[in-house]
Amino acid sequence: MSEIKYAKSKGLTDTPLTYCPGCAHGIIHKLVAESLVELGLLDKAIAIASVGCSVFSYQFFNCDAQQAPHGRACAEATGIKRVLPDNIVFTYQGDGDLASIGIAETIHAANRGENITVIFVNNAIYGMTGGQMAPTSLIGQKTTTSQDGRDFAHHGNPIHISEMFATIEGVAYLERVSVYDPKHVIQAKKAIKKAFQYQEEKRGFTMIEVISTCPVNWGMKPTDAMDWVKDKMLPVFPLGLFKDKGDQNA
Amino acid sequence: MRDAVNIKVAGFGGQGVMMFGQILAYSATKDNINGLWFPSYGPETRGGTANCSVIVSEKQINSPVFKNANHLVIFNSPSLDKFRNNVAPEGLILYNSSLISCEVTEEDRLCVGVPINDIALELGNAKVANMVMMGAYLQLTKLFSDETIHAIIKKILGERKADLLDVNFKALEAGKDFIKKQGIVYA
Amino acid sequence: MAKVLMKGNEAIALAAIKGGVDAFYGYPITPQNEVPEYLSKHLIDAGKVFLQAESEVSAINMVYGAAGAGKRVMTSSSSPGIALKQEGISYIAAAELPCLIVSVMRGGPGLGGIQPSQADYYQATRGGGNGDYNLIVYAPESIQETIDTVKGAFDTADYYRNPVLVLVDGLIGQMMESVDFDRPTKKRDLKPKDWATTGTRNHPGRRNVANSLHLDPALLEQHNIHLQKKYKEIAENETQYEMINMENPDYVIVAYGTMARIARTAIEMLQEKGIKVGMIRPITIWPYPEKAFDAIPATTKGILCCELSMGQMLDDVLIANNGRHKVGFFGRAGGMVPDPEEIVDAIVNFTQRVVK
Repeated sequence: MSEIKYAKSKGLTDTPLTYCPGCAHGIIHKLVAESLVELGLLDKAIAIASVGCSVFSYQFFNCDAQQAPHGRACAEATGIKRVLPDNIVFTYQGDGDLASIGIAETIHAANRGENITVIFVNNAIYGMTGGQMAPTSLIGQKTTTSQDGRDFAHHGNPIHISEMFATIEGVAYLERVSVYDPKHVIQAKKAIKKAFQYQEEKRGFTMIEVISTCPVNWGMKPTDAMDWVKDKMLPVFPLGLFKDKGDQNA
Repeated sequence: MRDAVNIKVAGFGGQGVMMFGQILAYSATKDNINGLWFPSYGPETRGGTANCSVIVSEKQINSPVFKNANHLVIFNSPSLDKFRNNVAPEGLILYNSSLISCEVTEEDRLCVGVPINDIALELGNAKVANMVMMGAYLQLTKLFSDETIHAIIKKILGERKADLLDVNFKALEAGKDFIKKQGIVYA
Repeated sequence: MAKVLMKGNEAIALAAIKGGVDAFYGYPITPQNEVPEYLSKHLIDAGKVFLQAESEVSAINMVYGAAGAGKRVMTSSSSPGIALKQEGISYIAAAELPCLIVSVMRGGPGLGGIQPSQADYYQATRGGGNGDYNLIVYAPESIQETIDTVKGAFDTADYYRNPVLVLVDGLIGQMMESVDFDRPTKKRDLKPKDWATTGTRNHPGRRNVANSLHLDPALLEQHNIHLQKKYKEIAENETQYEMINMENPDYVIVAYGTMARIARTAIEMLQEKGIKVGMIRPITIWPYPEKAFDAIPATTKGILCCELSMGQMLDDVLIANNGRHKVGFFGRAGGMVPDPEEIVDAIVNFTQRVVK
């Protein structure tokens, strides 16, 4: 008798992922899916896909879903959650979608303490459109629209979303995690699961910022991309817990 | 009643101009005929001159806007200058003679001045000047019965301002009496 | 219920409640503010959802979310605000979600002014959003007709799974009229919203997705063909208009909303002058009542399109007329509302008004 030791999560559909080889979106999708299944929330979850590489995520999460215009995921999630307060509503957004075009929607959803969960995938570049500069691109980072490297005087600094959102009263739980090695994958899963648990307990706005990779647009091998996260991104975007109101309320 | 009576009410903001117009539209609605009211709206109405248009009609009201009013009710001098040339033949110009000292005359229009601020002060409440005007207006036009007007004013004041009901009714009567004493008949 | 005197914007809000609205998402803008103000009190009191969004852009996407979740949802705004909502409206139409959008028009372009206007006819009927889509657009002429329209709008939107836009000018929003809230609305056979994203536990074995993305051109074309089929059905079943005084008229006025009411009085004045004028009053401006123009006799000397704009519905009048009669135009813009006398003058001097 053979035994299945590892299987695809029931929280994902059978649709093949469209992400590039070595991209960490696959890992993060798995963590979200597993968390929803393990918490027994999958069949009342509604996913909001954003615009960017994760635009097709409505095909991948094995639950109901809506596909939002660029940047508007948190508004759409608000619209749903206010009429279906007992469902689980989450957005899955990249750095361009959330931190650039959608920053107003995201800040105000957080400020209202909307009881939704935001999975914010930060890989410091626009992937879907072909490697343009993101609001989170690092100083000196070469992209197709910052070909000599991002320059503070011209483009400003990479925006620190978790640091900003930590100041917002409506945020119940906020943690920055990464998935560059197995240890951090396990930590990321724990954070994502906690965010959904908090939503189920109606504690308010929860966001997990996941520092991720884009080997193709960074022009690196996947393994080098994982190292680049650790060596280049984490000094700018340090991991850690930014806010946990749950403990205060307990 | 004619098909439609077009009424223009104008004065300073705070003189109860809008309320005057609304009471007429509310009264029409209560009497189960048609009332229409619209304000000049926007920043211009804050502190400056305010005006509103009212139409009451037994028939369906068509155009909400009109060039010439059948009745022009004027609370201050700038409003008189602005609207006196837009009154239909055989129309009524009812004006506040407390603030407009010179006598107003227009050919083929009945012009009646009522010192509404003075009468209101005699009643001990400057704010009911617009109800003095209303009394004079109704005495002249016979548009609505006392019963209708009283019911509307009662509803507008509500329980919170019920103590003001008496002075408002007195103001109405004072306006009526002023016209009666002059022996002016319009409708 | 006896008639009540009510302001247009408040009447829109109460009619929406009577029509079964579950949620309102909006953002303040003059001259429609009494709609959200009224709903902020009465909708929340009724245990429903009211939320003031951070922008028009956000509000329309909240509408998208709640419509996708199967609720009766609305937003209201005015001209520049509706411009901001166009992106979301295109997505909602593409995803075939029902909702109600109320547009209380003010003068434009740009920030423009706050006085009444009909300069958003193109915006409403041609859309500012991308792609081939249509809204069902009603342009009522009075507060009573606005109430009747809004009350039935959710049924219409649900029936066709399409956004409904109720388009009025600032005068209808700001004025008060004697109105009756108990007039009947059209009964429709509505199916359960088995497509709504309510969680798979409510529809086991099927994932519901609200989506407008179709990267395969063949599939996207099929989606477009499907939408056009629906729009054709709407055009066949939902076109509404009124014909006034159309027996052998010397001239025919075409006007909607407040302009149509002003024209009604102008027509009475012209009758006294011995000039017989009829009117075609579109109640839906999409679908447009082109067939009504077939009833204009050959002997009629001309058609005068009257608008509170510089000539937008004029395009549809020219299309519907199809070269049969001379077409003239009379318009005021920027918040200027004409007296009936001005329309009388435009008919009397029709030859000066001819555009084609």
